[in-house]
Order: sequence, then C-alpha cells, then structure tokens
Amino acid sequence: MPPGRFFILLAVITGVAVTLGSLGWPDNAPAHKTLVKDSKDRKAAPDFELKDVNGKIVHLSDYKGKVVLLDFWATWCGPCGIEIPWFTEFQRKYKDRGFTVLGVSMDDSSKDHSAWEDVKPFVAEHKINYQIVLGDDKTSDQYGDVEALPTTFVIDRDGRIASIHVGLVAKKEFDDAIQKLL
Amino acid sequence: MRFKNYFRFLPLAVMIGAAVLSAQMAPQMTIEPQPTLKAKRGTQATITLKVSLPAGFHANSNKPTDPNLIPLTLKWTAGPLLDGVVIYPKPQMEEYGFTAGKPISVVTGAFELATKFKVPGAAAPGTGTQTGTLRYQACNDRMCFPPKTVNVNVTVDVE
Repeated sequence: MPPGRFFILLAVITGVAVTLGSLGWPDNAPAHKTLVKDSKDRKAAPDFELKDVNGKIVHLSDYKGKVVLLDFWATWCGPCGIEIPWFTEFQRKYKDRGFTVLGVSMDDSSKDHSAWEDVKPFVAEHKINYQIVLGDDKTSDQYGDVEALPTTFVIDRDGRIASIHVGLVAKKEFDDAIQKLL
Repeated sequence: MRFKNYFRFLPLAVMIGAAVLSAQMAPQMTIEPQPTLKAKRGTQATITLKVSLPAGFHANSNKPTDPNLIPLTLKWTAGPLLDGVVIYPKPQMEEYGFTAGKPISVVTGAFELATKFKVPGAAAPGTGTQTGTLRYQACNDRMCFPPKTVNVNVTVDVE
C-alpha cells in the first residue's frame, strides 16, 4: 500500500475510534453486560473510614457478611440521578436478605461551604433510604482513582469486589449481579 | 499472511485502543492561546477566548436547567483592565441518555467567551497580564467528570 494511502486510512480509523469511544462504545451497546467475576478472581475491596451526615465514622468493614452496592456519585451528576431510584428500590427489596447500598458522595466541600449543604437536601428530595457518606481523594485513589461518575462496585459477603460498573448502565445489570451474590 | 506481518499492525491497534480509551477519560476544555491585546487608556477593550471541548462531551452552560448542576463560570481576578462583563455563548438545549426526555442547557464543541472591559484612564502604560479562571463540569452521554478550573492569562499592552 502506498505510504500516503496508508496514513489516510490510519487517520480515518483513528477518527472513527475516537468518535466511538466518546459515544461510549462498546460500553453502552445493547449487548454489553458487566460480568460478575468468579469467586477466585475477586480482589478485596479496600476498607475506608468516611463520615455520614451525623459525623459518625463508617467503615466498609462494618458491612462484612452483607452484599454491598458501593456507589460513587455526586449531586451534580445527571446519570447518577437515574440510578439512585434503582438503588433505593434494591435497598427496600433486598435489605432483609443481607444486602445494603452505600453511597459515597464526591461533592466537594470548601472552607465556607460544606458538601452536606448540597447532599442533605438532595437525599431528602430523592428519598434516599440508604447510608450516604462523604468521599475523599484517598478513598477515590484506593478504588482505582474514581473520576467518572457514577462508578459502582458490587461487593460480595466476604468483602471482595465482584463487579465494577462505570457510567450509567442498565438496571438489570445491577439486579443480576446482586441476585447472583445474595 | 505470515505471522510476523501482523506486527506491522500492532502500532495501529495500540493507537486505536488508546484513542477509544482516551475518549472516555476526563475531557479537557482547552483555550486557544491569546494574542497580546492592545488596550488604549480611557476606552473599552474586549478579550475573546476561543474555547473548545472534545467531541462527544458537553459542559453545563452558565445557566444550567437544574440548580444542582455546576455552571460554566469565567471570573477575572487581576490585571490592568477593570469591570469585566462576561458574554457567555448561546447555549444549546440537548437531550442525553440520562436526562429523561428533558433537554438540558449545555455548551459543546468550539465556542467563544467574550469579556468587555474598561481600560482606566489612569492605567499605567506598558505590558501586563489579565488573569482569571474558567470553571466547567463536563459529561458525555453516560458519565460525568468532576468540575475543573482552568487558569486564563492574557497579555495586555496598555497604551
């Protein structure tokens, strides 16, 4: 192939790839499904110490023995707002079977503004029925430098990460993962 | 085709993978470098920033539809020019997978942010820097990224 034609082909392929990637392909393709890892392939979910709205310290290890859906979200994140009602439903439906949702808000505080001023009214407005804590950079780093929100981890009863879901995914993906672990 | 010939395509495969991956990482709002602005004392001067977002991403406009959303905000903090009035771009109303059928007010692609300043009559002649910050929060169709602040620096030649 002549060099000129090769580079034109390369530019076209790269352009298509960037476009597909930015549109979320292949993650949001209808056939995409996040798999629950085999038990032997699951890594321990890092423990953390984060505060709830009352200032009480919450550890992930407090929930050992339960299946935990750990959701990194923020009040300014539109896709997060789509998933939160699903998580509220899961909390209601599965809490008596040893399941809980734990929401880690990545809303920022500053010296004259507490993130709780944004999070508390959001929780009330959306009738969130599960524990919410405020995240920090350390926890984000421990979980692989969480930047894209929502990022959700489904953790098994032994405290190991069974599946990871980055961005808005289908409700069924979460439900299937939870039911597999319960 | 011989097996070793496949190695010819390895750099291509790496490039494609990197391109797909990079399009899902946090987007950067970039500002084109500004030429030096000539500003005559006792008159007005306009700084026009040419700003762009990568394809596939959007940022909230300066007046988002939801109070929880973080607006595009340009703030000037120091420099020889005063009383800047920012003229934000006309937003687009767009629907995305997560907006539940309701359009949101966003900016996408390339746009301009103009600021009209007063050049004080008593301003010292010479070269200075007008500094500011541009804050934005960007998403694609499925995920959002933390708000970011970009520094803005424009060289101003006061005459």
